[in-house]
Amino acid sequence: MEQFEATCAGCQALGTPEQRAQLQKVIAESKSTPGCLMHILQEAQGIYGYLPMQVQRVIAEELGIPLSEVYGVVTFYSQFSLTPKGKHRINVCLGTACYVKGSDKILEEVEKELGIKCGECTEDGLFSIDSCRCVGACGLAPVMMVGEEVYGKLTPDKVKGILDSYKEASK
Amino acid sequence: MTVQELDAIRAKKQQLIDVRRLVREQAEEMAKHTGYRHQVLVCGGTGCTSSHSKQVIEHLEKTLAECGIDDVLVVKTGCFGLCTLGPIMIVYPEGAFYAQMTPEHVETVVRQHLVKGGTIVRELLFKDTLHEDGSITPFAETPFYKKQMRIALRNCGVIAAEDIEEAIAAGDYAAIEKVLTTMTPDDVINEVLASGLRGRGGAGFPTGRKWSFAKASAGDVKYVCCNADEGDPGAFMDRSVLEGDPHCVLEAMTIAGYAIGAHQGYIYVRAEYPIAVQRLKIALEQARKHGLLGKNILGSGFDFDIDIRLGAGAFVCGEETALMTSIEGHRGEPRPRPPFPAVKGLFGKPTILNNVETWANINPIIMKGAKWYASIGTERSKGTKVFALGGKITNVGLVEVPMGTTLREIIYEIGGGIPNGKAFKAAQTGGPSGGCIPASLIDTPIDFDNLVAIGSMMGSGGLIVLDEDTCMVDISKFYLEFTADESCGKCTPCRIGTRRLLDLLTKITEGKGTEEDLAKIEELCEHMKSSSLCALGQSAPNPVLSTLHHFRNEYEDHIYNHHCTAGVCKALLSFTIDKEKCIGCGLCARNCPVGAIARTDYVAPGHKLASFAIDPAKCIKCGVCQGNCKFKAVEKK
Repeated sequence: MEQFEATCAGCQALGTPEQRAQLQKVIAESKSTPGCLMHILQEAQGIYGYLPMQVQRVIAEELGIPLSEVYGVVTFYSQFSLTPKGKHRINVCLGTACYVKGSDKILEEVEKELGIKCGECTEDGLFSIDSCRCVGACGLAPVMMVGEEVYGKLTPDKVKGILDSYKEASK
Repeated sequence: MTVQELDAIRAKKQQLIDVRRLVREQAEEMAKHTGYRHQVLVCGGTGCTSSHSKQVIEHLEKTLAECGIDDVLVVKTGCFGLCTLGPIMIVYPEGAFYAQMTPEHVETVVRQHLVKGGTIVRELLFKDTLHEDGSITPFAETPFYKKQMRIALRNCGVIAAEDIEEAIAAGDYAAIEKVLTTMTPDDVINEVLASGLRGRGGAGFPTGRKWSFAKASAGDVKYVCCNADEGDPGAFMDRSVLEGDPHCVLEAMTIAGYAIGAHQGYIYVRAEYPIAVQRLKIALEQARKHGLLGKNILGSGFDFDIDIRLGAGAFVCGEETALMTSIEGHRGEPRPRPPFPAVKGLFGKPTILNNVETWANINPIIMKGAKWYASIGTERSKGTKVFALGGKITNVGLVEVPMGTTLREIIYEIGGGIPNGKAFKAAQTGGPSGGCIPASLIDTPIDFDNLVAIGSMMGSGGLIVLDEDTCMVDISKFYLEFTADESCGKCTPCRIGTRRLLDLLTKITEGKGTEEDLAKIEELCEHMKSSSLCALGQSAPNPVLSTLHHFRNEYEDHIYNHHCTAGVCKALLSFTIDKEKCIGCGLCARNCPVGAIARTDYVAPGHKLASFAIDPAKCIKCGVCQGNCKFKAVEKK
């Protein structure tokens, strides 16, 4: 278990009191529904932005199931993350429709521009990059999402401008 | 709610919906009775929302208010199908189809068209609706729409997706009324059986048979599930139905519940579809409020309710047993069949699972009859199929055609052909479980059995068009990366097989493949097909086998000649500068990210500066130099 603790050293405490209260509320509300674990994890990730070990432990204890089971579910589904994400979460679509239109080159450009790899977060916590399989906006391929915003019909030379606009806005 | 109340709602909004379905002259006549001079339909599906249709709607409402127009109805609908032209706005009763709207365009349309006595703004119309002689063709007559037959998508892009009254007026909940008032459970099952409807999720199992198995299973607790975990990348049929007509799914699940004796349903939907999830939640709430879900539906004594469960991004959860395991809150791993879900499914109880598009076909089958439905399509594949047309094609979007339509009709007549004058190479159907159909088979009528016969499968309906710039080895590697990534790891043939297959394909794309590798690939594929636990592993080799069958020459070209015809596989590429064409401007060298380009001493005749050359040892083959050169001096081989 120690190695897991080490990965979330910066967030030993279970977030703010508000976050703790929200989590307890979600657990209390869903506890009796069969198959509630996924729902609780989704809500918990919404509250904390990711699923630190501490949060998983609280969920396991409250539901009376082994931590290994919670961890097993968390690591099975790609939506769940064990590490914090950036303020602006970039998702480059690598679905087929986007791929045949060159989305791999978009991803390369984003990685180059931010100096991090897919799955990582910039040091200032501003951006994280992930790839996803189809957001369903195939008519606009290739696409990437920054947070909820969809950018379509992309070319590598458009990437810098988009990222710069977010950098500007956060200054 | 009583049957009479349901009929009253239908009657109240009937004319409003009719205006959107009639031909222009009749619609104009009908519009006079509705109280609305115009109805403006704006697509609120994911495609158009991504193209900022929300701003279009806001601006439309604002401008209408500014102009003091209060007899124009604004309706936010689901997908019209032609996503590439989004945001789309259709004005009735004329049926004027405006494409790629911006707030400025909206302003123009309001002030020139929607004002009293206004006329259609021709320059903003979808160009296919403008006839050479200056007349305007109804959009239903354009090549994209003309060949389509909309059964599952009948209400998508016609009704306000978040308004149950419009859904009722368009025909939703008429089938549940008919079923609960005039049919026995056996009648329902027989009707579905006789229609010949086969599951639209991939394998094409007869829906009626599935239902009759579940009805025959003993037990007083049974479940009805909807598979809306559309994981096939490049497919968005199910999402569009949920966004455009969510009530048709709720109604069909209720009908199935009545038929098999279940009282609880679950919809398992991808969390990556926020708009669809939101619309479903609204639809559920409205259906409960109107008494169309819950206790004693339409006074029949029959109880049924539905819950939503969100997926969390695992492709394998599209497999029926894995989906059920996931609803139960576990890792979404499949389990061996038998026992089949119809006997022992969700929470160990008899369960039926159908996908969204299958559910969308139930209402028309009940209303128009099995005989009518069975008259559409081919001998063993009845009805229509929705395809998500994507990739290298002009009209990217959603199309619904009768089974038996050929690929040529879909690609060239409906899809408008391949853009940029490129040649058609293949069409990929069935996603990571399907295969590629080469140009030589473009006239094959598409149905479940024909696709399997040519090494592909229907799958959920993704249809990705590939042109000459696509490398077939690379595309099969792309799919293997996907399945290797998504393999749940429970069974060895899939967990290790996908990984080894990917290694072999990677080797070939890097020019390190050998003749033996092809034999190894084929053997490995056979083992995976015969011994994997679920459909994901059993069908993972399909993209490889079908490309190997139809495009073996490309594999061999990579192996023997270290050459990639499409110019995709980086390791096999080389960039050179034609020293005769190079004028020595140095733009390429300045932009090269690795400093691989340097000036030579050679000055070409007629040029003043010495040309440049690329050092192949340093070159990373990014292609930046080629993109920058204005004199086409950089060549890719």
